[in-house]
Amino acid sequence: MKRIEKRKITNLIALSASILCAALGLALLFLILYHVLVKGLESFSLGLFTQDPAPPNRAEAGGLRSAFLGQGLLTTAAVLAGVPLGVLGGTFLAEYGRDSKFCRLLSQLCDMAVSIPSIVIGTFVYAMLVKPFGGFNGWAGATALAIIILPVVIRTTEEMMTMIPWTLREAAFALGAPYHKVITSVVWRASINGIFTGILLAIARVAGETAPLLFTSFNSSFFRFNLSGSVPSLTVSIYQYAASPYESWISLAWAAAFMVTIMVLFLNILGRVLIKLRTRG
Amino acid sequence: MTTTDSGVELMSVNNLSFFYGTNKALSEVTMPIKKNRITSLIGPSGCGKTTLLRCFNRMHDLYPRNHYEGEIVLDGVNILDKSMDLIKLRGKIGMVFQKPTPFPMSIFDNVAYGLRLNDIGNSSVLAEKVEKALRQAALWDEVKDRLKQNAAGLSGGQQQRLSIARTLAVDPEVILLDESTSALDPVSTQKIEDLLLELKKEVTIVAVTHNMQQAARISDFTALMYIGKLVEYDETETIFARPANEITERYVTGRFG
Ligand SMILES: Nc1ncnc2c1ncn2[C@@H]1O[C@H](COP(=O)(O)OP(=O)(O)O)[C@@H](O)[C@H]1O
Ligand SMILES: [Mg+2]
Repeated sequence: MKRIEKRKITNLIALSASILCAALGLALLFLILYHVLVKGLESFSLGLFTQDPAPPNRAEAGGLRSAFLGQGLLTTAAVLAGVPLGVLGGTFLAEYGRDSKFCRLLSQLCDMAVSIPSIVIGTFVYAMLVKPFGGFNGWAGATALAIIILPVVIRTTEEMMTMIPWTLREAAFALGAPYHKVITSVVWRASINGIFTGILLAIARVAGETAPLLFTSFNSSFFRFNLSGSVPSLTVSIYQYAASPYESWISLAWAAAFMVTIMVLFLNILGRVLIKLRTRG
Repeated sequence: MTTTDSGVELMSVNNLSFFYGTNKALSEVTMPIKKNRITSLIGPSGCGKTTLLRCFNRMHDLYPRNHYEGEIVLDGVNILDKSMDLIKLRGKIGMVFQKPTPFPMSIFDNVAYGLRLNDIGNSSVLAEKVEKALRQAALWDEVKDRLKQNAAGLSGGQQQRLSIARTLAVDPEVILLDESTSALDPVSTQKIEDLLLELKKEVTIVAVTHNMQQAARISDFTALMYIGKLVEYDETETIFARPANEITERYVTGRFG
């Protein structure tokens, strides 16, 4: 009798402790989200997309159109470079390299690369593409983001393709298809949803990156459709405006934080929904 | 080529051995495959039926460390030769697997898959050939109104007939079937058996089956395998009525093991 009672009490303590911790974690998370939403909505206006930042402490805060454009350009360039390379690399590891020890090692290295702190990648690119070329530039920023995307896309592509059963490939081989045809017309088609989800999640990851851009594309207040020279981005803008002493700039930083949060949230939810759809049918 | 009352020899398997790495899964198999006949491969599970079947279209070449000894002669050529063009060979010798393997595309594109590999770009010729293959596989009436729909929506039996249509579309000389009805309901099985009996007018069929009634119903010749060896090969009637070998007799009368 006593032993059972003791066990019940221990159970109760462990249960309440874990509930408390979970509640605390969730509460903090929602507090941050709530704060970003409220502050962001307060500072939000359509001018955010059409105007440039006004000088500090005017009645009008201005907008962040150059940061939106810069963010778009940087991300697009990173995706254009990182996604095709990543998909091809992942395809190689899943198909041609499936029996090679060296390729198994490569894919383990990719797993490690996924967890390299992004600031390390930022400093690396700074040394390779900023210092030698005489200054901050958008190409370096896009390169840093592409390097972050690459291992994620390689590994998701590899995993999604490895999940396709060999019998499906055999059926295509049995009809006389050469290997490259089997890959492009059957395996890719069967795994496209998963690969696409991986790409979305990779983009969501770089959308919130500040450190690698701080060292590479830095910031600028010019509205230019060009990646040479410094390029503004939402995340670096948040960093700089939030640290400024001016009320109006801090409110711009909240608006930018709000937009970044919404975009990352949207990409993540879209990615999860696609995963759900795929596993269902 | 030997001609007898019971058919012309299309292929001959001579002293064929096969190794998965160092594991010898087939030992010195010798048997003919007769043209426009159905040959059944039967035997207890693990005896090497699938292994033998996959030698005919060199499926084993997809995996490293496998190797063949001996020969399989088709049209005067040893198809196990290293210099054999596997893409051509697999165009001549088609295969239907145990489980249906629809490609993730429309019903039409599934059947057209092999044709498009052979550069049949002309869309009216393509459509004609797809229809012919689907009719041959007794699937046309069930799918003619939804050719554009994804093949995953078909029932298991329909998917298996789709796999057959896909194989027939490229006009093979031989079709290999590996327990292709084992996952199907009796009605679908019946349809496929009828279909095979019809098809043998045009192609040669080699079918692995674990179902002896099926072997007795549809095949002209039967080969019984046991632990990687060919125990007995003969006309199906002889195998079931007057087997020469004791193992065969025990197996076909169900007194095995
Ligand atoms: N991929 C493989 N690697 C190694 N051994 C295999 C492989 N596939 C089958 N075998 C072995 O070869 C033998 C014959 O198998 P299989 O041809 O599949 O038999 P069956 O089709 O008659 O049931 C079995 O002993 C099996 O364990
Ligand atoms: Mg088998």
